[in-house]
Amino acid sequence: MANTVSAVSPASSKKSIWDGGQSPLKASYGKLMMWFFLLSDAFTFSALLITYGLVRTSHTAYPGAIEDFKFSTEYWPIPEKVFEAVPFFHGLPAPLVFVGIMTFILILSSVTMVLAVEAGHRMDRKDVEKWMLWTIVGGITFLACQAWEWSHFIHGTGVPTMMKVFENGQWSEIPIIGAGLSANQYGPPDFAAFFFFITGFHGTHVLSGVLLNFLIYYRVVTGLYDRRGHYEMVEKVGLYWHFVDLVWVFVFTFFYLV
Amino acid sequence: MQSEQAPNIQVKPVNKAKVNKLVRTAVLLGIVTLLEFAVAFSVPHEMATLRVWIFIGMTIVKAFYIVAEFMHLKYEVKVLIWSILIPMIFVVWMLVAFIYEGGSIFDVRQ
Repeated sequence: MANTVSAVSPASSKKSIWDGGQSPLKASYGKLMMWFFLLSDAFTFSALLITYGLVRTSHTAYPGAIEDFKFSTEYWPIPEKVFEAVPFFHGLPAPLVFVGIMTFILILSSVTMVLAVEAGHRMDRKDVEKWMLWTIVGGITFLACQAWEWSHFIHGTGVPTMMKVFENGQWSEIPIIGAGLSANQYGPPDFAAFFFFITGFHGTHVLSGVLLNFLIYYRVVTGLYDRRGHYEMVEKVGLYWHFVDLVWVFVFTFFYLV
Repeated sequence: MQSEQAPNIQVKPVNKAKVNKLVRTAVLLGIVTLLEFAVAFSVPHEMATLRVWIFIGMTIVKAFYIVAEFMHLKYEVKVLIWSILIPMIFVVWMLVAFIYEGGSIFDVRQ
């Protein structure tokens, strides 16, 4: 038996899948490169979040009871005391509610994206259009929420926090309201700097994701992928979009919850 | 003009089983997020270590479902799965090293 098989194809029995002529990872070049790009992007986000961890553990934690918590530049703030505002409910303390809504928006847009990919496998252009459009709507809603949160964070609320500064050879205290890169009312200057960097870098990814989604949507509508015979581009941009959702899961935990 | 743009496209019907599975995954992600909220407001802040480990555990569960189901990695060939997962050990090492370093900086500052 073995002899007859090797007689038919003498070369193939010795050839491994890595010897060329076939694709060992069973994924197209574009998809594979998207995966490795996302891996490198995961390193970038890990570096940002882990550095946040380093700077946070090198600062003093709030020592007292949570009921008596007050903002001070002397210790790292408790995140749920910083992010407790919701649009249209001014002055009502609702810790983490708004960021929870943002999380659900992003998860939902991930679902519509994966449904667009599924429709693409079926060559169903109408369904792909529908789900891509919902994904874009979800992305824009998330960006709008983030814009509101940044604006609220920058303008600040409540009583100003006094910060010690060394000026003209003597120490003095100046009131800080809101947040900038050099000082903020919520905690040490690094706290706001990390907020802007981490959520800003993620927001930039959401923005480019929305733009890419729109580009692919345009190409779906104009029938490019029908002519090409497959909807693999929807899959690739879908990978990127899910990655954006994945990063938010980590930002949500390590910036807002912990 | 439209007719020459759509050559012989065979639209297949919706794959019900697949869609149901995706919706189930999404509901699971939503439930885990709600549980995270429950933990955030029920486990007291004094038990900081416990809170952190619960949050990390739940985050890994969510990350698994997003990567495995939504990004479809679970259904790729093994070599691809491992070539994505193994490099992540650098992140784990970076996390351990940097958090340890942060504690040392804290000690020096005191």
